[in-house]
Amino acid sequence: MPFIPNTDQQQQEMLKAIGLTMEGLFGDIPAELMAKSFDLPAGLSEQEVRSRLADLAGKNSVDLTLFLGGGFYDHFIPSAIYSIISRSEFYTAYTPYQPELSQGTLQAIYEYQSAICRLTDMEVSNASLYDGGTAMYEAMMMALRITGRNKVIIDDSVNPIYRVMIESYTRNLKIDLDETHCVNGLANRAEILGRLDDQTAAIIVQNPNFFGCIDDVTDLAEAAHAKGALLIVSCYPISLGILKTPGAMGADIVTGEGQSLGMPMSFGGPYLGFMAARKQHVRRMPGRVVGETTDREGRRAFVLTLQAREQHIRRDKATSNICSNEALCALTALVYLSLLGKEGLKETAQRCADKASYAYQRLTAIPDVQPHFRAKWFFNEFVLDLPCEAADVIAKLIEKGFAAGFPLSRYYEGMENSMLICVTEKRTKQEIGMLAEALESVL
Amino acid sequence: MVVDGLLYTKDHEWTKVEGEVATIGITDHAQEQLGELVFVELPEVGKEFAAHKEIAVVESSKAAGDVYCPVAGKVTEINDELNTRPELINEDCYEGGWICKVQITDKAPLDDLMDAAQYKEFLETL
Amino acid sequence: MKLLFEKSVPERRGVALGPSDVPTTININEELLRGRSAALPELSELDVVRHFTELSRRNFGVDTNFYPLGSCTMKYNPKVAERIAAYPGFAHLHPLLPQLRMGGMLTQGALAILYDMDLLLREITGMAGFTMQPMAGAHGELTGMMIMAAYHRDRGNGKSIILAPDSAHGTNPASAAIAGYRVVTVPSDANGVMGIEALKKELCEDVAGVMLTCPNTLGLFNPHIREICDLIHSVDGLAYYDGANLNAIVGKARPGDFGFDIVHINLHKTCATPHGGGGPGAGPVGVGEKLVPFLPVSIVVKRDDGTYALEYDRPKSIGYVAPFYGNFGIVLRAYVYILMLGAEGLARVAENAVLNANYIRCKLKGYYQPAVDTVCKHECVFSTTEAMAKQGIHALDVAKALIDRGFHPPTVYFPTIVKEAMMVEPTETESKETLDAFIAAMIEIAELAERDPEQLKAAPVTTCVSRPNETAAAKNLNIASLSS
Repeated sequence: MPFIPNTDQQQQEMLKAIGLTMEGLFGDIPAELMAKSFDLPAGLSEQEVRSRLADLAGKNSVDLTLFLGGGFYDHFIPSAIYSIISRSEFYTAYTPYQPELSQGTLQAIYEYQSAICRLTDMEVSNASLYDGGTAMYEAMMMALRITGRNKVIIDDSVNPIYRVMIESYTRNLKIDLDETHCVNGLANRAEILGRLDDQTAAIIVQNPNFFGCIDDVTDLAEAAHAKGALLIVSCYPISLGILKTPGAMGADIVTGEGQSLGMPMSFGGPYLGFMAARKQHVRRMPGRVVGETTDREGRRAFVLTLQAREQHIRRDKATSNICSNEALCALTALVYLSLLGKEGLKETAQRCADKASYAYQRLTAIPDVQPHFRAKWFFNEFVLDLPCEAADVIAKLIEKGFAAGFPLSRYYEGMENSMLICVTEKRTKQEIGMLAEALESVL
Repeated sequence: MVVDGLLYTKDHEWTKVEGEVATIGITDHAQEQLGELVFVELPEVGKEFAAHKEIAVVESSKAAGDVYCPVAGKVTEINDELNTRPELINEDCYEGGWICKVQITDKAPLDDLMDAAQYKEFLETL
Repeated sequence: MKLLFEKSVPERRGVALGPSDVPTTININEELLRGRSAALPELSELDVVRHFTELSRRNFGVDTNFYPLGSCTMKYNPKVAERIAAYPGFAHLHPLLPQLRMGGMLTQGALAILYDMDLLLREITGMAGFTMQPMAGAHGELTGMMIMAAYHRDRGNGKSIILAPDSAHGTNPASAAIAGYRVVTVPSDANGVMGIEALKKELCEDVAGVMLTCPNTLGLFNPHIREICDLIHSVDGLAYYDGANLNAIVGKARPGDFGFDIVHINLHKTCATPHGGGGPGAGPVGVGEKLVPFLPVSIVVKRDDGTYALEYDRPKSIGYVAPFYGNFGIVLRAYVYILMLGAEGLARVAENAVLNANYIRCKLKGYYQPAVDTVCKHECVFSTTEAMAKQGIHALDVAKALIDRGFHPPTVYFPTIVKEAMMVEPTETESKETLDAFIAAMIEIAELAERDPEQLKAAPVTTCVSRPNETAAAKNLNIASLSS
């Protein structure tokens, strides 16, 4: 049997030592509770399973040229990442409960926390959460705990996928969730300020927002603080290679999806939720945290810390029910950030912006193709208005080999003709040119 | 160690009532169970608490415990020193390790508390 | 060891981008840019590789040696699953493709796997439908609690209480509380399981449901499990099965047959996907027939023409707990594992997991205090003996001494209802030779506890660091190296 080493003879020896038969070992399960059915297929060999899965992989279209983003991005992944994260000392380990045996994971998480703080200009970071959406939800819950209030304002320029997640998570809780409507590609100041009051726990915004527009939310941080509320900013970590940081804007909690930091898209996961915050809120921050200390000989050592707040000790009073992080994904992000380094991340971000602006020029030069938002700055995504239904155009472009963008009508009323286009550093000038020709030909 | 003249709860808080003011802390038994404290979350001065509400949190590297307000009252003073030296509670829980003082708004809950002898007896049952 | 940041050399580069093939046509307004570059390290590719290789050598995984961490099911992670997960047809698949018109046809391979996995998990657990969205066990619990709340809301039930045993994983009460419920703890009976009388005492119309692991955290199968589910149903409550310990009964018995309404499975435990140093995992949730309408959006369905599609129109659904289809890469690895083992292999999993645990229990019970001395399932729980206590030896000392003997320690101080607990879960992928070596080390430690307790208290001495000062870490918090 694969992966089960004990031979029949060994099993017999062990049963003898125990003094029971194999049936006897399961004798504590009442007979009427034994499985009524267990109708699974017979096992496959490695060769068979690889061949079957290769066939299934072949039924997925991964040869399309991707201009599809929407919070999940096709960035270049350096080879060294896979070599490092494939070291089984990392990936076959569990949560570092025994620090003497886990200094590798612990130091890597400490370095990850440091890298996230440096990237976002914040003071503390946790060891990671499941994904960008759950990170945003956890940030919201954290703000409710910090302020003791129950009202949250979220602008609809925040990724709609995260907004539906937050809506799902809060259905059973007494939270007053108020959605404002983006104007001219930016979070709606008038609506947000109109609703902000002394019961508001947090304002949630995103930068660059779902439409790719760059939104300096410094004013919202000031407004929130004046009312004793917090500002939560979700961000795209690659963009922080060049863009003004949420820390510099005055954000209190920063979250985001870390997939772009060296993780493949993998049809939706595993991904990486990151969270950073101001130091004074560290004890209200959910998730694992690694801290530096010393061992008995005074050597530098790392341990899980602030564990007293966690579910296995606090049970129903825990800061969150989450007990795992996405350690291997956090490691991936850390390796990515150290391979790119200070200059490499900046260049990658600049390259994304350059290619997007080139694509913007090429595509808006097509007759009847118009930018949706005028005179606004964007990072590597932008919205185009077409003379016809965007979903239809995108479907036609798939036949020409492009995943050309995302039809915004799926989440936004009145945007039937609008599509969101994403350009990463991986797209070439030639591919952009071909997209422009293909788009023009189907209009 | 149990000190005479204080009132005690089953959750191991002590309170010393002087006129309308109650000083609150945790008992020697509680600090021993928690181990060396690393953080104390103090209430805000001016905030009002009903009896039995969580007024503070004491945290060691292994455990965190809520401190419940034994009376109803309004916080008038907090032991700021605990911000930098939480271990004061381990060293001297009944004096230097006090947590906060409240202006009592309802004395009735005091009737349910134990005196030193009763608390000693209670500890024996654990 | 130095931090990455301390090894940084100004202007050193790891990855070079090459020249750009496009001009910069729009310059972003300076006020929107960061003042100075993020203070990331500046290292060569080799610097980075050496740093992380050194870190990996300061770590311990299942591939290193025996890892009997109770309740965590640290079984061997087959390499083939890693290889398949890296196939470009899976790794490079954009999750938004199915939301494009006719886009589902671009991802038929992935949808087929999600669909097939749903069927396999139904058969393994005896449930009627699954969601793959939850990204970990605790996330599955929260999803299950949300489904429970949606069911009661739909029925017009104003219930507020979740019952959980005192031996429960701490995540159970935490998940219930976060879903808006109040948790009432039911004490274990003399046999170490939730008793019928204790349950009846807490049972009332206000009970929304119960959360249970079976076998529980003591490794014990509750013979009253069916009756417990029936009692909960008698007040229109729901029974939640925490699948953390499913490895003990997989292929032998199914929570659906016991009467459970909601189940989560930790794929990173039962289905051998790697723990990753603490994630990513996956915690699919299965439900009985009456709860299928409440499962999250979306669900993969098979159309009459044999193609697969995502169903979004689910009016009673709790909504989205993950952005897409859960941790697809992990579900895929688990799928590979189930396909390879098949019906026969999975039944052997439980048998050997239980055999290994009982072997250890019998061999060590003369040296350590067993929490309960009856047949256990996949794990057994011991305490240090009174003689050890007299020498000042705690479970932690035994754990640290095991490290010096090349083993990962068991889970210590859990379950909390056992004093000085050591929870040993060997799993089925370990051989008798390995177990014998572990048993010998445990016996040697037990003897040392009498003869030379100071040696145990000094352990570990063979690791790159000795016992770290956790109090200092929590008191003088240093959780990030910030740039100056």
